[in-house]
Amino acid sequence: MAPLVIIHLITMIYAIQGGLSAQEILARTEGSTLWGAVYGLFVVAVAVHAPIGLRTIIREMTPWTGRTLDVAAILFGAVVIVLGARAVGALI
Amino acid sequence: MTVEDTSTGNFVVEIWRGKDSGEFVSYDVPKRASQTILDVVSHVQRRIDPSLSYRFACRVGMCGSCAMTVNGVPRWTCRTHVDRVAKDGHIRVEPLRNLPVIRDLVVDMAPFFDKWQRATGQFIPSDSENKQAFAQVEPDSRERQEADAGIECIGCAVCYSACDVVAWNPEYLGPAALNRVWTLVNDSRDSGRTEHLAAVAGDAGCHQCHSHQACMTYCPKDLNPTAAIAGLKRATIKSVLRGEL
Repeated sequence: MAPLVIIHLITMIYAIQGGLSAQEILARTEGSTLWGAVYGLFVVAVAVHAPIGLRTIIREMTPWTGRTLDVAAILFGAVVIVLGARAVGALI
Repeated sequence: MTVEDTSTGNFVVEIWRGKDSGEFVSYDVPKRASQTILDVVSHVQRRIDPSLSYRFACRVGMCGSCAMTVNGVPRWTCRTHVDRVAKDGHIRVEPLRNLPVIRDLVVDMAPFFDKWQRATGQFIPSDSENKQAFAQVEPDSRERQEADAGIECIGCAVCYSACDVVAWNPEYLGPAALNRVWTLVNDSRDSGRTEHLAAVAGDAGCHQCHSHQACMTYCPKDLNPTAAIAGLKRATIKSVLRGEL
């Protein structure tokens, strides 16, 4: 997770500071297996990490616990996978 | 025999009276050189209000019985000098956090030790019939160094009181219990590695630790439960990946 976050941060900073337009970015990522693999892995990592973390924080800070929270966390993970896959698909 | 009055003035201390609900009561106590918070509390109970309940035993910083919250910080009161903690001369003494209050400064330690049991914080012997065989303990091995770093725990519950995750998650086993399990996981004589790791791998276990390190900061014996818990996190993950858990 940590190296993927760092890669993403560097990429974002480079793209923004470099003043790249959407077309310029897409020109570099379209058809690229490397970008697809890296960001695909990032999406999967986030889809695992974020629901676990959210579930922990919700259990600590609110009265919500139990099966319903577990299911909600899994559903959130599924939403992240879907949205993330669409985003990576749009890029490649 | 008269006791010589060596006091150099008075100051006010606020002490919690009651159970989980109650109030802070102010007491005027004499200031003395090298005075500890335990001295102050003892003075109040002996000279002012004998109904004050508190615990102590060795009074020399070894047993951990006198642990209380002083100005918001869990500490051993026999090792806390008044002039080190008196902010603008203000001292507030209350019972340890995260444990039910029996009365005044006395807390019920049962939940702390129940969690110790639930974490399997006990040595699990091998059931070898061969009484001649015993495990080699290499003192310089990494495992033994890890175990040695945590075995001096005397169960005073200062770390348990300092821990925010214990406050937020009533099931969380806590730093002391998990620290003990780590020492057993690293003990070459213990034969229950899988049971220990299984006990600390769940929702109440090591993965709930947020690494705030309050336990390490306040441990009066300079132990590091956060590091022990980090070790348990690694060990449980490796165990799951190997299909052992």
